[in-house]
Amino acid sequence: MHSIAHADPIATPSARWAWFGIFALLFLVFAQVTAVMISVPDRDMGHLQKIMYVHVPAAWTTFLAFFVVAICSLRVLFRGGERDDLLAASAAEVGAVFNALTLALGMMWGRPTWGVWWTWDARLTSTLVLLLIFIGYLSLRAFVDDPERRATWSAAVGVLGAINVPIVYMSVRWWRTLHQVQSAPSTLDPAYTLGLRLNAFAFLFVLIFLIRRRYEAAALLRAAEHADDARALGGR
Amino acid sequence: MNEFWKKRRWPILGLAVILAAFGWLLFGGLDKNVIFFLTPAELLAKGPDAVDRPVRLGGQVKPGSVQWDEKSLDLRFVITDGAGDVAVHSTGSPPQMFRDGMGVVVEGRVGADSLFRASSLMIKHSNEYRAPAEGQRPQEMYRTLFKDQPK
Repeated sequence: MHSIAHADPIATPSARWAWFGIFALLFLVFAQVTAVMISVPDRDMGHLQKIMYVHVPAAWTTFLAFFVVAICSLRVLFRGGERDDLLAASAAEVGAVFNALTLALGMMWGRPTWGVWWTWDARLTSTLVLLLIFIGYLSLRAFVDDPERRATWSAAVGVLGAINVPIVYMSVRWWRTLHQVQSAPSTLDPAYTLGLRLNAFAFLFVLIFLIRRRYEAAALLRAAEHADDARALGGR
Repeated sequence: MNEFWKKRRWPILGLAVILAAFGWLLFGGLDKNVIFFLTPAELLAKGPDAVDRPVRLGGQVKPGSVQWDEKSLDLRFVITDGAGDVAVHSTGSPPQMFRDGMGVVVEGRVGADSLFRASSLMIKHSNEYRAPAEGQRPQEMYRTLFKDQPK
């Protein structure tokens, strides 16, 4: 049984995590400024190339967040477990934000370079589907009251949704798209590669911090739910 | 064993369905349906079947083929993939990256006169990002629309 004072000791907010958050934010500022300073205008798209330093890390962190959802959801399905359920939910929520950010930044990049805000190629469409699935995932969690059923059902949706991640990633190679295939260090000038790597780490730190904070909040909410249940059963 | 199956039936069945769907995506015939554009060679191979049907055509702007009238916004060029050439007519200011050799995708219809009339023009950029060579300045056609263009 869960005790009323069930506040997950692992999920208690701590000063160490606050410092990590400050570090993540400062590193993000440092990475952005450095990347913009060291990169000369691209020969084809000029200064527009710099959108790479936010659009690409946002996409990578989206993939990573949904990978966390997949792992935690599989653990919920095969062993059950409250922490995995809460962590999956937290990663899904933060991942959905980064997914929306990826789409928005991509549209801002697409309009001046490609000439259109949006088009229905396989990469753009599958990325939008990914976002819709995880909005569905979050809605499902909000609609199911019983925590155990909520955990199982949303874990199933979480795994199904995360299956879309490799599809989104490979879409530009499997199908003919307007979106170009992934760049690699061999197709980037060294300064662009360095700027991208710095910002990939910055986004990673921000992602970890946000998932952590969301997890702490989810654990507090869950503890309150358990307290309610106990009161309803006649406890105090 | 029976206990094991009872407890894990649904996750295992679910995983099997997911794997099957994934395999179908990978090895099924989906790739033929998710093509965003045809290449010039593919469009030409369709012959009269392609005439006057909405289609997307993609390839490279054939170097030297661009005719641009900045007064009437009239743009004519040839899209090539090395195996075939299609002449394209478009109106309006092209995206700023439009130039010789750039990848483009046009939406429109090819007429009986085999001229492709584009209703929209998109750039398909490569995955290469390079600093310009010493003294190199990109040719930006849309700048011809401005009176005080830097020459």
